[in-house]
Amino acid sequence: MNRPTRPDADPAAADPAAPDPSGAQGAAIDVRDLLFAYPRKPPLLDVPSMVVARGERVFLRGPSGSGKSTLLGLIGGVLVPQRGSVRLLGTDLATLSPSARDRFRGEHLGFIFQMFNLIPYLGVLENVILPAQFSPARAARVAGGDLAAEGRRLLGALGLGSADLLSRPVTELSIGQQQRVAAARALLGRPEVLVADEPTSALDHDARGQFLQLLMDECRAQGTTLLFVSHDTSLGGLFDRVLSLADLNRAIDAGVAA
Amino acid sequence: MKTLTLAFRSLRNRRTTALLTLAAIAVSVALLLGVQKTRTAAREGFANTVSGVDLIVGARSGQLNLLLYSVFRVGDATANVSWETYQKVAGRSDVAWTIPLSLGDSHRGFRVLGTNLDYFRHYRFAGGRDLTFETGKPFSDLYDAVLGAEVAQQLGYRLGDPIVIAHGLGKVSFANHEDKPFRIVGILARTGTPVDRTVHVSLEALTAIHLDWQSGMRALPGARVDAETARTMALTPTSITAFMVGMENRVMTFGLQRAVNEYRQEALLAIIPGVALTQLWNLVGIADTALMIIAAFVVLAGLLGMLTAILTSLNERRREMAILRSVGAQPRHVFTLLITEAGLLATGGVAAGVALCYGLIAAARPLLERRFGIFLEPGGLTGYDMALLGAIILAALLMGALPAWRAYRNTLSDGLTLRV
Ligand SMILES: Nc1ncnc2c1ncn2[C@@H]1O[C@H](COP(=O)(O)OP(=O)(O)O)[C@@H](O)[C@H]1O
Ligand SMILES: [Mg+2]
Repeated sequence: MNRPTRPDADPAAADPAAPDPSGAQGAAIDVRDLLFAYPRKPPLLDVPSMVVARGERVFLRGPSGSGKSTLLGLIGGVLVPQRGSVRLLGTDLATLSPSARDRFRGEHLGFIFQMFNLIPYLGVLENVILPAQFSPARAARVAGGDLAAEGRRLLGALGLGSADLLSRPVTELSIGQQQRVAAARALLGRPEVLVADEPTSALDHDARGQFLQLLMDECRAQGTTLLFVSHDTSLGGLFDRVLSLADLNRAIDAGVAA
Repeated sequence: MKTLTLAFRSLRNRRTTALLTLAAIAVSVALLLGVQKTRTAAREGFANTVSGVDLIVGARSGQLNLLLYSVFRVGDATANVSWETYQKVAGRSDVAWTIPLSLGDSHRGFRVLGTNLDYFRHYRFAGGRDLTFETGKPFSDLYDAVLGAEVAQQLGYRLGDPIVIAHGLGKVSFANHEDKPFRIVGILARTGTPVDRTVHVSLEALTAIHLDWQSGMRALPGARVDAETARTMALTPTSITAFMVGMENRVMTFGLQRAVNEYRQEALLAIIPGVALTQLWNLVGIADTALMIIAAFVVLAGLLGMLTAILTSLNERRREMAILRSVGAQPRHVFTLLITEAGLLATGGVAAGVALCYGLIAAARPLLERRFGIFLEPGGLTGYDMALLGAIILAALLMGALPAWRAYRNTLSDGLTLRV
C-alpha cells in the first residue's frame, strides 16, 4: 500500500469524503504499523497490518494473555497506541478527541465481553436499549424509533422472546441468556462493527454453538462486521476468515507462543 | 434513561448501604436543624419574656442582676427602692404607668411576687400579649393570690384552695406565714415566661404577713398580729424591690433613665429591658453557638459517611463503569453519574432530616412546654434554614466530586477491560 503511515498526515482522516483505497468509505477495521505497550512494560503489540473488510466475519485467535483484549481496546479507541494508526470505517481514531472517540464508539461499535456484560440494576430490555441512551445516532437508526420494540425483536431473534424472561432481573438469567442479552444490546441501532471478546468462554458446549449460530445469523441479517476473539480454535470454522494474533504480532514478548 | 434515573436505579440496587448513608445524613441534619430551631425559639423566648416595658428601676447593682431578679426571678436584690422614690417616679408627667415588684418570699420553691392590679393591666410578653386568666380573676381581698400556670399545674391547685407563704426563698422553709393563709382567686393562662412560675399577691398582703417580722426576727407568739387585726392596720409598704415603667412617649425613656441613674437621694439603676436582654442573650448565646458548631460537625460526619460509602462502592462498580463506556458513555457521564448519586443521597438525607426534625419537635413539644416552659414553635423553614440545608447539599456535591473524579480516572485507565 502506498498510504502514508503517519496518521495525522493522512488526508483520508482529515476528509472522510475522500476516496479510500480499501473500500467505499474505508475498511471496517484498518490497523497500521501499530505499537502498544502498557506503562513501564515491554511492547505487547507490534502489528504492521490488520484489515477487516466491511461485512466480513473474522475470527481472531490467540492464547490467554497474548494481548487480544488489549488489541480490542485499541480498536475501540479506549487505549491509545504509542505508534501507528487505528482506522475505523475510514476514521483515524487518533484524530478524535477522547470524548469524540467515546461518541464514535457508542455510535459505530457494539461490544460483547466474556461475562458480566449487564448492568445489574437495569431490566433486560433496559440493558438492551442502553446504547441508545448515550448515542442519539444509534437511537435514530432504530426503525420507527421504537426502542423497546426493536429491543424485543432482537431478543426474539436471539431466542429470548418470552415475556416472562423480560420481566426477570438480569442477575437471575443464566450465563448463556445474559450473553444473548449482551449480544442484543451490541446489535441495537445497527452499529457497523461488532466486537466480541471471548463471549462464549463461560458457556457450555451446547450453549456455545447455539449462541454463535444466533449471533452469526443476526450479523448477517444486519450486515454487521464481526470481529470475534477467542482462544478456542474449534470455533473458527464458522467464520469467513481466521486470524492468529501470533502471526499478526511482531512483538517478541507477546505472551505464550501460539 | 437520563443520568438521574441511572443514579437512582444504581442506588436502589445498593439500597441497604444507600439507606444507611441516607439515615446518617438525615439524623445529622435533624440534629442541626433542631439545634437551630431551639436556638431561635430560645432567643425569641428570651426576647419575649417581657415587652412593652420601657424601663426597669431597682437599687443600684449590675444591669444583668436587676434584669435577672426583676424579670427572670433569679437571684436577689441587694437593696430596695423606697416607697417615696417610687411614688415620685410614678407621679411624673412623662410616666404612663408603673408596676411595683416586691420579691423575697416563696411558696414551695416558687417565688412570690407582691404587686398591684397594674401588673395585670400593663404587663406584656411575647411582643405585646396581655396576661389573661385561665380561670378566676385578679386579687381583690387582702389574702387573695393569683397563680402562674406552672405553679397551679405542678402543685395541682384549683380556685379556692388555701396556700401558705413561706418566709424567705428556701424550698423547704421552717418559717411559714401559716397564721395568714391565702386563697387562690385566679390562675393565669400559660405564657412561656417566668410569670408561669410566680405566685402573685398584693403589696399590702406582703406588708400584712410581715407585720410580725421586724429586722429579720419574728415576734414572740403572744405579741403577734392576727390575720383579721392586720386588715385594720396601715399596710402601705415602706419599700419595694423594683418597679417597671411605661412611658407616655418612648422618646422620653432616655431622659427618665438618666434622671433615675443620677438621682441623689438613693442609689438607683434604670435599665432598658431590650438592651439588657440582648446583653444577657449574648452571654447565653456562646453556649448555643458551641452547640451549633457541634451539630455542624455531626453533619460533616454524616457526609463523610456518604463519601466512604460511595468510595467503597467504586471498586465493585468498575465493571458497571466499563460497560457504560462500552456503550458510548463518556468519562463526563461517569463523573455526572457519581456526582448525581451524592446529590441524591444528600437531598434525600436532608429531606428525611427535615421530616425527622419536625416529627421530633411535634413529639417533644408537650414535654418541653410542660417540663421546661420552652415553647418550640417550629414554623416553616426560614430563609436561613434553607441556606443551611442548601449548603449541606452543596457540600455533599463537592465531596461527591472526589469519588466522581476517582471513577473518571478509573474508567480512563481501565478502559473496557473488565476485571473480575
Ligand atoms: N491495564 C493493564 N495494565 C497493565 N498490563 C495489562 C493491563 N491489561 C492487561 N495487561 C497485561 O497485558 C497482557 C495481555 O493481556 P490481554 O490483552 O488481556 O490478553 P488476552 O485478552 O489475550 O488474554 C497480559 O500480560 C496482561 O497482564
Ligand atoms: Mg482477554
